[in-house]
Formats: sequence, C-alpha cells, structure tokens
Amino acid sequence: MAAKGARPPSKADRAGLRNLDAARLLADYRTMWRIRAFEEAALKGLEQKLVLGAIHPSIGQEAVAVGVCSNLGPTDILLSTHRGHGHTIAKGADTLAMMRELFGREGGTCHGKGGSMHIADFKVGMLGANGVVGANILIAVGAAHAVRLKKGKEIVTCIFGDGAINRGPFLEGLNWAGVWKLPILFVCEDNGFAATTRTRAMTAGEGPAARAESFGIPAATVDGNDLLAVDETVRRLLAEIRAGGGPRFLLCKTYRLTGHTGADAAGYRSKEEVETAWKGDPVARTRDLLTTAGVSPAEIAGAEKAARAEIDNAFEAAKASPFPPLSRAFADVQDVGDPQREAY
Amino acid sequence: MAKLTYAEASRQAIAEEMRRDASVWAVGEDLGRGGVFGQYKGLVDEFGPERIADAPISEACIMGAAVGAAMMGTRPVVELRFSDFALCAVDELVNQAAKARFMFGGQGRVPLVVREPIGMWRSSAAQHSQSLEGWYTHIPGLVVIAPSTPADNKGLLKAAIRCDDPVVYLEHKNLWPLEGEVPDGEHVVEIGTARVARAGRDLTIVSWSAAVRTCLAAAETLAKEGIEAEVIDLRSLWPWDKAAVLASIAKTGRLMVVHEAVQVGGFGAEVSATVSETLHRKLKSPVKRLGAPRAPIAYAPNLEDRVRVGPAQIIGTARAMLHE
Repeated sequence: MAAKGARPPSKADRAGLRNLDAARLLADYRTMWRIRAFEEAALKGLEQKLVLGAIHPSIGQEAVAVGVCSNLGPTDILLSTHRGHGHTIAKGADTLAMMRELFGREGGTCHGKGGSMHIADFKVGMLGANGVVGANILIAVGAAHAVRLKKGKEIVTCIFGDGAINRGPFLEGLNWAGVWKLPILFVCEDNGFAATTRTRAMTAGEGPAARAESFGIPAATVDGNDLLAVDETVRRLLAEIRAGGGPRFLLCKTYRLTGHTGADAAGYRSKEEVETAWKGDPVARTRDLLTTAGVSPAEIAGAEKAARAEIDNAFEAAKASPFPPLSRAFADVQDVGDPQREAY
Repeated sequence: MAKLTYAEASRQAIAEEMRRDASVWAVGEDLGRGGVFGQYKGLVDEFGPERIADAPISEACIMGAAVGAAMMGTRPVVELRFSDFALCAVDELVNQAAKARFMFGGQGRVPLVVREPIGMWRSSAAQHSQSLEGWYTHIPGLVVIAPSTPADNKGLLKAAIRCDDPVVYLEHKNLWPLEGEVPDGEHVVEIGTARVARAGRDLTIVSWSAAVRTCLAAAETLAKEGIEAEVIDLRSLWPWDKAAVLASIAKTGRLMVVHEAVQVGGFGAEVSATVSETLHRKLKSPVKRLGAPRAPIAYAPNLEDRVRVGPAQIIGTARAMLHE
C-alpha cells in the first residue's frame, strides 16, 4: 500500500492531489474493477446461457457506483435500478451471491427468485434494484420517511437513470422529500440514454438538476466519470443531509459503454462516438490518478488482478450451484392466504 | 358493545391499533381534517401530524412511500380516498408492494393496509363509483378484504393492520353512516373467515360488502314466500372461506353469487367455478351470478340504478332457481 509520504510529491502536487488518500483511492479502484469484471462475467454468462433473463450492464458507470456508495455506512439505505449490479457491489453485497442470483441459483441474494433486475441485499442496506424505471424513487422516499418517523440517523440514497426523470414518480417523490425535508440523496446517473433513445431528445427544459432545484432541493452536477469529483461532492452532500438540511440532488454525467441490455448492439450510435467515450473510461481515469499519486504499478495491477480473481471464482462457483428447490416457487408470497397451503 | 357507525368503527380500530403499536401510522390526503369521509376524524388530535400524516395529491407517492416505509419496519395505513384514484398507484401496489417479499427471496416484508373505498354512491359517476375488488384477488401477495358491517369494519381493520402482508381494504362508501353494535376493545376478526349473515335451507347466497344488505332484504321477502335463503358474507376475498361456502351449498344445493362489481370476470365467477368444480353432483340447479352489466356507471340516478343489483333481481332469480 502506498503511504502518503512515500509518493513523489511534485507530481501529485501538480495534479492537485496533495490531500489525496491514496490507500482509499486504491480500494475504490479495486471496487471499480470488481464491478467491471462482474459485468464482463455477466455478459459472458449471457453468452453461455447461464444468465437467462435480461441484464443491463453498467460498464462505464463504475465511478458513480463507487463514488456514491463508498461514502455510505452499512446501515445507510440504498435503492437502485435495473442497471444496479455496480451499486449493489459498491454497497457491500457478496459477488458470489449476486452471480448466483443472475444465474437463478440457490444461494443467490434472493434465492434465484429475483434475478438481475430485482437484486437486493437487505443485510447491507440495499433494499432492491427495480424492474420499473423510477419506481425506486418512491420506495426510497418512503424509507427516508420511516427514518424520520423513527428519528433515525440513517441516510437513504436513491440512484436512478436520466430516463426516470420523465416519469411521474420523479415529480411526486422529489416533491414529497422536499415537503418532509427527508434525509435522502437523489443521484441521477445520466448515461445519456433512456433505453435506446437519447434522453435529451425526449426531455423538455434544462433537465434533472434544474427540475430538482425547482422543488427547492439543492443540486450539484459533476463529471460522473471522475471518481474524485463524485466522491468529494457526495461527501459534501451527505454532510449537509446529516446536518438536517433535507434532501440533496446529485447529477452525475456519465456514458453507457454497452447497449441497453446485454443483447443490445446499440446500433443507434456511431462507432466513433463509442470510441471517443472509451477515452473517458472511468476505470482508466482512476488508474491514471493512482499513477499520478505515486502508487506503484504493481499495486495498481494487483488491485485489478485480485478483483478479476474474485469474480472468476464467483462465476465458477455460481455455475456449480444448484437451482432452487421447487418449494421456493410458493415460498415468501404471503402469510395470510399462503399458496404453500392453498394456491388455487 | 356500543352502537357505532361503519366509519366510527374503523376510526376506533385505527386509534386502538395506534395506541397498541407505535409503528402504526396513517398517511393520505386530508387526514388532518378527518379524511374525505370523516373516517379519521379527531385522530390527529391524539396522535399528531407525524402519525396521522397529510399527503399531497400524489397517489403513486403515497403508496410507493408506504412500501418503503413498510420495508423499514413501520406499519402504514394508506388512505387512497376512492378505489378509482387508487388506480394512479397500481404499479406501487401490484408491482412493488405485492411482490417485494417474494422477489427479494423473503428478505423484507411490506406490512401495509391500503384503504380504497369502493362502490356506487349516489350520482358519483364513472370515476368515483367502481368496485374493483376482483382485480386485486388476481394478484399474488395481496390480501383482499371487503367488510359489510360496523363490527366487521372494526375487527377486520384491526386484523389487517396486524397482518404482515399488504392488505387491500375495501370499505363501501354507502355504508359509512350505517349503525350497528360493535364490541368494545379487543375485537379482531380472523381474515379469511366468512360470516353467516342469515341462516337458511333452500338456497345459498354468497355476497360481500354493501351487496350483503341487498341480499338480506331480498331474503326477508323470499322468507314470506317460504323460500329460506342462507346469506353468506365472505368478508375476505383473498383468502376466501371456501369451506364455509361449500358446507352451506352441500346443505342447500343451490348457489347464487351477488356483487356490485361488473359481473364479467368478477370474483363471483371464481366462487361459481369453485362450487361447480367441487359440488357439481350436489347442485339442484345451475349456479347463478348477479353483478353489474359491463358498462360504466352513469351520473343520472335512473341510469345508475339500472346497473345496480337490487332485491327484485335477487328475488326473481331465487324463485326461478327454486322452481326449476
């Protein structure tokens, strides 16, 4: 691990990284690689028909997941989207349980009953991805409302995409959070696309941050591929929320480097556009930061290697896991009128 | 025992449950002013505006926020004003509340009650009059309750609030002023148990909600002709008390199902099919269903009455069944 005093000061100083916590950055970089490797493995799983349903990879958006979730405590609450693998990993979920979930296997986070779009891990405060765009906003607002009712200290974070801002729940949820001054951080992960349509073409007005401000919710906009910018801004916003300031809004501008789903070749955008976007790959940018901060190439490579090894193991172990027993089809539906007793 | 209205009985149920359990709270439009039908009257004085919470006209958010708050261990009573308005919150109820526990492999539960007043209510027209209980019985994960008396409105609402599942609780708007004897204190009706509203030997009439009263009125007339109808008030539609219904028909050999909702695809079809499948050889006449025609509900009183099942229809149908 690179100690602060051990790095060449001149280079870091020139880059404005004097106060950078290199150990923390390296840990974040490793989490970014765990996400990247997980998404690549999920796509491989799709090819090999191990992943059977739709997946929505977050390749290119890792700095948002890590920059946001690395600042949340274990009891803080997170609500995510259909493109939620990265958020879930960054919030602390076990990647083997997640891979099993994608493969529909026993031992998955949801016993194989939710799959990619309904991944959740309540024990780390991750209350669910969601198959319905924008639906997570209202659930998050309710979780924050419960924190208020119980006079708790937790903060609720809700990540959603730019497509969600054109759904009614965005309006209803932000208004509600503003009225009740709830302890909630809204994060709009703007990857430019609402499914396969450019969000700009379908959005009137100035967009997400302006809409948040119209509800009196202070909003910040950052380059979502700049891990340090996301991290720093999230820390500031969380501190404001903790101080009783009510809801805050963060717009992270990023880019979805894959298609909408694992099966989407994304022919609606040019190769040149995607090639240009890869030059802003947040994982590579974070690696460059580490180099600038004086972290050794061996440590940098080691982080990637460790992440890949973890995910490779998860992939193989998930593949070897059994499907859930048939009894799970009727389990956890309801207590009263339980289909385990009477399903018809 | 005290004489209370259907609305007062529900208010008593909520007050008692909120005193018993600090995690219970209610949220909806105008609750601080007692709710649109006075069913929350005075509660804010005892419990304050945090637990009797006003909400913006944001049905989706009222419902969705209740889902999140329930996952976090509180027990919200969600007021959606009219079952028609609850349609603005169907994703939150059907896709989120009903499925969260299952989808997430049992990691969380959604213990909430959603109150959606149903039914025709003089000249309220097509968007304030519907009875949509049948829809909700179709959704795995939901409990569906439709009480018809003040006593049941207390006992079932208390049971619903204590239930760990999401409960769709359908009160009938015409019943709010109805008075009846209501047991004091701890009166909890087990969900899924029917009530024999009137005993009889010749014919079983299965109904729920306000239509039960129409059935009872018809049964009085039929009794004068020597036809003794047994009226069963289902009270809960999911789960529903099959055993009570089947036992009654095993005795009478005849089934009529009566509901205010549209007959096509209504819950009466489920009851009828179950009885036909199970008791076919014991039936003395074909099963009959009486529900509304498949037409929206009109404003003009004569047009509204045209789609409402009345005692005359029930009496005529019963006579025909007995004389077949």
